[in-house]
Amino acid sequence: MSQATADPRLIAARVAPKRRIRLSWTDPVFRSIVWQIIIVGIVLVIGWYLVRNTSENLAARHIATGFGFLDRVAGIPIGESMIPYNPAVNTYGRALLIGVLNTLKVAVIGVVLATILGTLIGIGRLSKNWLLAKLTAFYVETLRDIPILLQLLFWYTILQGLPGPKQALHLGHVAFLSNRGMKLPLLDWQPAHSWALLAFALGFIGTVLWNRRARKQQDATGIRPAVWPVAFALLIGLPVIVWAALGAPFQIELPELRGFNFQGGGTLSPEYFALLLGLVIYTASYIAEIVRSGIQAIPQGQWEAAAALGLYPGQVLRRIVLPQALRVIIPPMTSQYLNLTKNSSLAVAIGFQDIVSIANTTLNQTGQAIEGIAVIMAVYLTISLSISLFMNWYNAHLALVER
Amino acid sequence: MSQATATVEHVPTAARDQPPAGTVGPWAWLRANLLGSWWSTAVTLLLGYVIVRVLFSLIEWGLVNAIWTVPYSANGIADTSVCQNVKGVGACWAVLVDKYRLILFGRYPYDEQWRPAIVVLLFIGLFIVSGMRRFWRKELVLIWIATLAAVGVLMWGGVFGLSLVTEDYWGGLPITLILATFGLAFAFPLAVLVALGRRATKLPAVKMLCVLYVEIIRGVPLISVLFMASVMFPLFMPAGVNVDKLLRAQIAFILFAGAYLAEVVRGGLQALPKGQAEAADALGLSYWKKTAFIILPQALRLVIPPLVNTFIGFFKDTSLVLIIGLFELLTMGKVALSDPPWQSFSTEVYLGLAVIYIAFCFAMSKYSRSLERDLNRSRVR
Repeated sequence: MSQATADPRLIAARVAPKRRIRLSWTDPVFRSIVWQIIIVGIVLVIGWYLVRNTSENLAARHIATGFGFLDRVAGIPIGESMIPYNPAVNTYGRALLIGVLNTLKVAVIGVVLATILGTLIGIGRLSKNWLLAKLTAFYVETLRDIPILLQLLFWYTILQGLPGPKQALHLGHVAFLSNRGMKLPLLDWQPAHSWALLAFALGFIGTVLWNRRARKQQDATGIRPAVWPVAFALLIGLPVIVWAALGAPFQIELPELRGFNFQGGGTLSPEYFALLLGLVIYTASYIAEIVRSGIQAIPQGQWEAAAALGLYPGQVLRRIVLPQALRVIIPPMTSQYLNLTKNSSLAVAIGFQDIVSIANTTLNQTGQAIEGIAVIMAVYLTISLSISLFMNWYNAHLALVER
Repeated sequence: MSQATATVEHVPTAARDQPPAGTVGPWAWLRANLLGSWWSTAVTLLLGYVIVRVLFSLIEWGLVNAIWTVPYSANGIADTSVCQNVKGVGACWAVLVDKYRLILFGRYPYDEQWRPAIVVLLFIGLFIVSGMRRFWRKELVLIWIATLAAVGVLMWGGVFGLSLVTEDYWGGLPITLILATFGLAFAFPLAVLVALGRRATKLPAVKMLCVLYVEIIRGVPLISVLFMASVMFPLFMPAGVNVDKLLRAQIAFILFAGAYLAEVVRGGLQALPKGQAEAADALGLSYWKKTAFIILPQALRLVIPPLVNTFIGFFKDTSLVLIIGLFELLTMGKVALSDPPWQSFSTEVYLGLAVIYIAFCFAMSKYSRSLERDLNRSRVR
């Protein structure tokens, strides 16, 4: 450092020269400031013009502004809801909340199922079996090229065209598929099950901690203590013991045909089922391509080197290939998850009441178009932002540690 | 490793050039690709059985038992009882035979439908010309302007002795192609500007605006942008100004496409080595000269394959205007199905529409992949 201070040229290089902005077009700083003022000014003028027009139009049409309508009674009938709802009593706010929950219900389950199906198909395309590789390629090539909305309408009409409950298609008289949707057996939920679930969660945390300890010990001594017996005991043994200690309640409620419809059991409405089916099948075709190219991005030498070290094929995939492939896979996968979530807004076309559908009804009833669309956009921006934050975190977690 | 050290086998040359027995021929192919292991054999047998079963029932449904024409009553109403009788056993392609002009061209005056037909051909020609690398120069812009102008003249008419047809009567495939292509054509310059703005570190306020625009549009579904165009846009305009619904949807499409294309263009800008910009600076080129003559020609060439993929996405996304009630291809399919005699034959109509979409998208994605291979040839060892 002392050397640097000795050399006057280096001082000049380190300390930016204090320059005054000249009010001249040849000065880059002055120029950039003028440009920014002009561009921001144009945007502001356009924005002001639109706001003025809008407020004049709203005043002329006697449309109220603001979010006061959220506290008013909604009166929107909602077919399926995860929380109690009564259109005669509950407010627009609650109706919109149900819409958000329904959107999340589709998005979360859809992401999980599409990942599973897409991964299977992506691996299938790399299969040495010619028939399997060609069939999965056909799946990807055709389903990717059909608009999702067309697929949704197609599945919805197929589901509506199914026979009625009396002639329902069934799977061993346990699950039924009819034009009323999918009927599934449902576990009769007891407090014991909640406790068992809690025990499972604790077991999971315990397993993670034990795994961490094992890794530390491996780093220190080179010997890795067995993890799987502990994991087995914590993840399966503990919940089973809790469940058995509370009397082991186990009662499954089967859907049963009574009169013209089914009683009991869980239901997937035709709308939800069609939406889920369409989104999963469509998105899986994209995920399959991502998984395939991710695996193919790993040089053949990695497989060969791992095999030369004497690892089993399963170990090669889990310890060598997947950790590297995931780095390639995760960024495009994130955008597919976002796409699935955004595509779930097409629910409005087949009458599933997600946030877009309910917000649309709200804006038609109240006339407050701006607020209605603001709600839709805010919900999706929040979801998109959360997904990308989480996936960025996960990606950073997996990223190659470089110098 | 010289050739001399290779082990010499005392086998006649002709026999040595032959591959070992059992590695060629159909039987060897079968053994390698279908019956590799007991697991592979099981998969082959199971899939083979399923495929044969499905194919047979599809052929039976789609060809053997299918109905291609139905009788018409004196007042021109189709008598679909023949189709109703085979429902579930045979396809009723008669619905497509009856409705294909409605689905393809909407409510465009029947005698004038050669005009949208030519428009569709013009669009296809435009795509093919744009795909050929010998046309990748500045003149391509002129070809696009000329074609899009010709499309406008043909669709609207009112000049050259063509009768005037307003947008209310447009529909079907031309609308789908117009929304996607005009969307791309207008969104592209916007996207280039936004992508440049997003990289303008010396203009933080402009950069901020560009980031906000791109991230907000990409964070919300297209439907919400279309809703905005259909219900909010009229509020934005001064009283008395009425913008046509198709134009509103087109503007929404351009704004939406602009954000996605901006990211594609930004990818190209980022992929360009920094030395190019520095060399241009060293030559004393101004920002705009540097951008127009050095950066963009190279960056845009890099992004053509992802650009085609984005365009495929827009092409499929045009179907979403169904929700705001514009008569593009998918909407026309639904309109055709609303005719009482044909109401129950949605499967056939949807399959027909799917074939059209697949034909366009498959051709484009095939092209994009071959292009990617060609452009990457220099990088592949």
